[in-house]
Amino acid sequence: MAVDSIKLIDIIKAIADKINEKREYLTQLDSAIGDADHGINMSKGFKAVVEKITNMGDKDCGTILKTVGMTLVSTVGGASGPLYGTAFMKAGQAVAGKVNLDFNDLISVCEAALEGIKYRGKAEKGEKTIVDALEPAVEALRKHRSEGLKTALQEAVKAAKKGMEYTKNIIAKKGRASYLGERSLGHQDPGATSCYIMLETLADQLLDKKS
Amino acid sequence: MVGIVLVSHSPRIAEGTLDLVRQMVGDKVPIEIAAGTADGRLGTDATEIEKKIRKVYGGDGVLVMVDLGSAVLSTEVAIENLGEPFRSAIVIADAPFVEGTVAAAIEAGFGKSLAEVRAAAEGVKAYSKLG
Repeated sequence: MAVDSIKLIDIIKAIADKINEKREYLTQLDSAIGDADHGINMSKGFKAVVEKITNMGDKDCGTILKTVGMTLVSTVGGASGPLYGTAFMKAGQAVAGKVNLDFNDLISVCEAALEGIKYRGKAEKGEKTIVDALEPAVEALRKHRSEGLKTALQEAVKAAKKGMEYTKNIIAKKGRASYLGERSLGHQDPGATSCYIMLETLADQLLDKKS
Repeated sequence: MVGIVLVSHSPRIAEGTLDLVRQMVGDKVPIEIAAGTADGRLGTDATEIEKKIRKVYGGDGVLVMVDLGSAVLSTEVAIENLGEPFRSAIVIADAPFVEGTVAAAIEAGFGKSLAEVRAAAEGVKAYSKLG
């Protein structure tokens, strides 16, 4: 696997398309336990991202990821802005200056993203957040690293999905949903869901599967 | 003098709060608003917050008043992105938005330090409205 700047931009554009496509669904999830804006916020943020990075093919991957992060923190509006924004900025730092990303770089990118989200949100697994999808995915990537890209990615997506679905069974401890306490039970976390959508799209793009 | 930035999801919450405050302290305290997104949605914008912190910074530090969730996270991003001397002279008040801003602005107007202004904002949590 080798992802150059052009391919990275394509992957981010595919993520933006997918988020836009799932906009209503994400907002619907958020209206049950939050402020009903996750889909629209993410869609607006990624639209701005696409405008910023489209012509960045001559820049290194670290700079592109950092630009994604900086754009998200100023355009999303909700908490997912600083959270995903920090994740992308940290991911950019992890591969600073690189014009090609290999499988190990990809793992570093995901690890840095997780670290960024946990740092910004002061969140741990089990609090009904993005972390519940992202952390199992990163663990799966690490665990299946030796089995190669395809298996590792498939396992990561599977783990993220399981983590996302698990958020239905836990009480929200962070963000607007935490005001609901026990009444947040039974609802899937919108942040974990958007994170799963991103990971699934990333895997589809790298495994040349149409998403 | 300590500057104050009001970070809210809603421009109307921030503007209304500022109206209340100006009625008490006039124009002497530098106060700016960073509220809502550039395209008019409810939300917060780290870049805008950064800009407003720079604007009210006069050497004595800046107190940032926040409303809900992302206001805190966006402000933290803004503070990290600001280099020194700003970075070590900006604090977020863990305080109710309206009452905390009034208390902070009054102290700032008396030329108090950043620590005192922050303490005034956070002190309103212990203040009983019903006496």
